[in-house]
Amino acid sequence: MTTGKPSAGGGVERSSYVTRFASLDDYEKGRVELINDDPRHYAFSNIFDVASRSKPWEKVAVGKNMEYVLEAVRAEGTSEWRTCAHDEFAVCLDGEVTVELVKLDSSPLPADAEGSVALAGEPQGPRMGRIFLKRGHQALLPAGSAYRFIATQTGVLMMQTIAGPDTQFRWAEICQTV
Amino acid sequence: MTIADIDVVKSADVNGEGYHEFRLGEFTFRRDEFFVYIGWPTGNHIMSADAFLRALQRDVAWDFFYGTVNFDGVFGTVNHYGTVDIFAGRFNDSYRKAELDYSENVETPRIRETFKSILEDWTNQTFDPFASPHETGSAFGLKNGANVAAITRRRVAARRMVAVPGDEEIRTDASGFPVNRMFSDVDQTEPVVEAEPGFESEVAAFNLFAYLSRSDVTWNPSVVSACKDSLFCPTTEEYILPIIHGNDRVEWFVQLSDEITWEVEDRDTGAVRSRVVMKAGDVCAMPADIRHQGYSPKRSMLLVWENGAGNLPELIASGKTPTYPVEF
Repeated sequence: MTTGKPSAGGGVERSSYVTRFASLDDYEKGRVELINDDPRHYAFSNIFDVASRSKPWEKVAVGKNMEYVLEAVRAEGTSEWRTCAHDEFAVCLDGEVTVELVKLDSSPLPADAEGSVALAGEPQGPRMGRIFLKRGHQALLPAGSAYRFIATQTGVLMMQTIAGPDTQFRWAEICQTV
Repeated sequence: MTIADIDVVKSADVNGEGYHEFRLGEFTFRRDEFFVYIGWPTGNHIMSADAFLRALQRDVAWDFFYGTVNFDGVFGTVNHYGTVDIFAGRFNDSYRKAELDYSENVETPRIRETFKSILEDWTNQTFDPFASPHETGSAFGLKNGANVAAITRRRVAARRMVAVPGDEEIRTDASGFPVNRMFSDVDQTEPVVEAEPGFESEVAAFNLFAYLSRSDVTWNPSVVSACKDSLFCPTTEEYILPIIHGNDRVEWFVQLSDEITWEVEDRDTGAVRSRVVMKAGDVCAMPADIRHQGYSPKRSMLLVWENGAGNLPELIASGKTPTYPVEF
């Protein structure tokens, strides 16, 4: 139904619009329609498709630009504690995820280390706080902190970080190849 | 070179339509009611004033961006990060074969000030080059006032992340950013943040989707978070990307909402390579040797992910780094 005020262009707009987000339960993939190229050059994947086939808290690269990566993470249950020498960022794309932060008394990483690592056991240091993320929320995971995620229902996180020892590269498995 | 040293070369008087005419090196620029006319020693070109001003607005606001900003298949700029090539026909096979292509290298401050002057002089009071066609008046007609506020918006560039104390702030009604008409269904709830005393500047989060739903511009990536040179540059898209962006490095797109179709061509020749249809959750690399233009039928949220490392163009141009992001 088209209603609403006349626009400058002479047509009319809808009275309301529906924004189409996606989720683990409801996503639809696009694709590269090839004319004269190799689909692998585009490394085309879908974050929800990747997370639907991942184990909880696996860090699966869906984007890589030199040392930097985007990771798709299936959020389910409670993650291990991790730390990183540089800032990282987590965007919640599905579900609800709590972030717990602790300021480490002593970091196991040199200051120039890249990528996050898992911590053995509980982190030692003062509590920094908690963040409660819902879909569309982005959190800072500050350099030198320890963090863990808690998801009572399955969700999806997208991480902005640098490739580390636990980053999984599965391009042939997750990307369009034909 | 300081701005005070720069004399923008323009006509002393306005033309019959009320607009000044400009010169940059051997390039000349004039407009009338409907069209912009670009001249150079070996040829000339005509563009819709609407399309030209929308492209010019991005080139100015992005300070010539990464790589090539094609205004269309003939005219554009290449950023060398200190100098800029202004060209005609350089990335057009027919122009090159006919030897009608032409380019000049210009110091960035000079082209920046010239382009800003053209944009200001040729943008009328009811036209906003950053806005979707449904949200602005016409670019056409005789000279009628100016719209300086619209063409001089401050570009957002978070140093760490939006909402971190001292960094870029979230958008609200009070700060002049109402929710866009096409995103009225986007949840505006901000995340609950519980910071222990002393950690208020470190424990931070914001609603990225709400932030984007309040963007008052289209096709204008701006930094919301930075992990060293890894830059999250989300943007809201509606109608057509007003330029054809030619990459000088790999960039990545993550479709956050709705759908965009990208037409992908060879960067140097314009030969068609692919069409990429991106839906919510899709992730796609744009190789370093392509140019692309996006079409968004409904206002959508796109995450443009850039690597801002200064050595990348040289690494790619020299062949030390491949033009595509991963081998598999």
